[in-house]
Amino acid sequence: MTELKKTALYDLHRSLGAKAIPFAGYEMPVNYPLGIMKEHLYCRKSAGLFDVSHMGQLVISSNTQSMQFIASELEKLLPIDVLGLSEDRQRYGFLPNKEGGIIDDLMISNRGDYYFVVINASRKEIDFKYLRENISKEIDVDLIKTRALIAIQGPQSEKILSNLVGKLSSLKYLDVKNFSYKGEILWVSRSGYTGQDGFEISLPNSLCEVFCKNILNQDGVEPIGLGARDTLRLECGLCLYGQDLNETITPIEAGLKWAIQKVRRAGGEREGGFVGQKKILKQIEEQPYLKREAFFPDGKAPLRSGTKLFSDDKGKNEIGMITSGGYSPSLERPISMGYLNHNKFNIDEPIFGEVRNKFFSVTLTKLPFVPTSFKRN
Amino acid sequence: MKFTEEHEWLESDGDMVKVGITEYAAEQLGDIVFIELPDVGTSVTKGQEIVVIESVKAASDILAPLDGEITEINNAIVDDPSMVNNDPTGEAWFFKMSLKNQGELDGLMSEDEYKKHIE
Repeated sequence: MTELKKTALYDLHRSLGAKAIPFAGYEMPVNYPLGIMKEHLYCRKSAGLFDVSHMGQLVISSNTQSMQFIASELEKLLPIDVLGLSEDRQRYGFLPNKEGGIIDDLMISNRGDYYFVVINASRKEIDFKYLRENISKEIDVDLIKTRALIAIQGPQSEKILSNLVGKLSSLKYLDVKNFSYKGEILWVSRSGYTGQDGFEISLPNSLCEVFCKNILNQDGVEPIGLGARDTLRLECGLCLYGQDLNETITPIEAGLKWAIQKVRRAGGEREGGFVGQKKILKQIEEQPYLKREAFFPDGKAPLRSGTKLFSDDKGKNEIGMITSGGYSPSLERPISMGYLNHNKFNIDEPIFGEVRNKFFSVTLTKLPFVPTSFKRN
Repeated sequence: MKFTEEHEWLESDGDMVKVGITEYAAEQLGDIVFIELPDVGTSVTKGQEIVVIESVKAASDILAPLDGEITEINNAIVDDPSMVNNDPTGEAWFFKMSLKNQGELDGLMSEDEYKKHIE
């Protein structure tokens, strides 16, 4: 077994009493002494600090070519509007494969003279290799290892972070801006993966521990582990790569059509021209039969990732599978999302999930389970 | 009170034994959100999975500590699973059972032995 990698906050996690688990090759905190439930609720009502340094940070730039050239090259791989992404704005996107499946989902920012891309921990080597092999040689793709990535999320996050870096009120949802702290540059975006207002901060490894200690020294913020990060994102219906998204599921099946701007769709000014376009554009027109859906288990038992779904309580007609599920601390009930094959299922039929050879009924509902609270204006 | 390697405690209660999970186990599991208990009258054999317990994080099983029959279950913990995190060795017992062989209880760990076991 290869040794687990450590983030710049490893010592801090230990000193805070974190319970560690292996995650995507890193030793990461799953929870702190507060526990998942209380961490989750604390982040919803006040603020939470997350170490997400295991995620990949890519800088895409060129010494010889313009940003417009880089954007055009990226649009051959990403079905999103990269050319129209203004300086210091961030956008959600994904890398489709030839069949329209998803190699990874990501956040991309235009930083004026380079693009900054945050990718999933488990996919960073794959993404890096894929980009390197499929993008013009005049473009540099750099997987940076010298910077950590943290997130501050929740309604008090603006107040807490501004005590360290100064006024943040000019930053709206998906804005990006540099701040300085102890002579170093922080790359701050108003975004995150909890469905709440908050910030993600890329900063030098060497600065990360002292910065986080100074965040945690303030009132109203607690460190939050990966356990609560998972329940927070699930409540807001956000996808987790490897569970809700993979190389066989298309963005349209995953309900991510909103992320493909009109300019890239059929009839748009820069229609298609990206990897996987045939399947993806066709599905936008025709609606796929496989669709990501939200479910409330009717009983108390959580129906987790991997639970098979049937239209009967005998396990005869399999109609789909749960890809993320668990207990919602905010709603105090189990919640699940997963895929339903609408070719095998009529909307008026009952749905059952099979757990431990028993069949539990579930009710279709709508995402998100808990409304998002981004600071859009 | 006696203890198993699977982090259960057993306490004599008349002809029966009361069974629950230890504080250590409750802490390891984290916030418990769902419990499924066996039916009263179920015959169980040592090591059989008889209770499903789910925390926010994951599902796990509790095994029958010894051979016997379930005689009573604590429905209060089914209604409010967080009781197990708050009072695992008191109010939040899981079930009572009659033992096939009463003498087997003595073969389990004492409190001191259990403490060493979890160190």
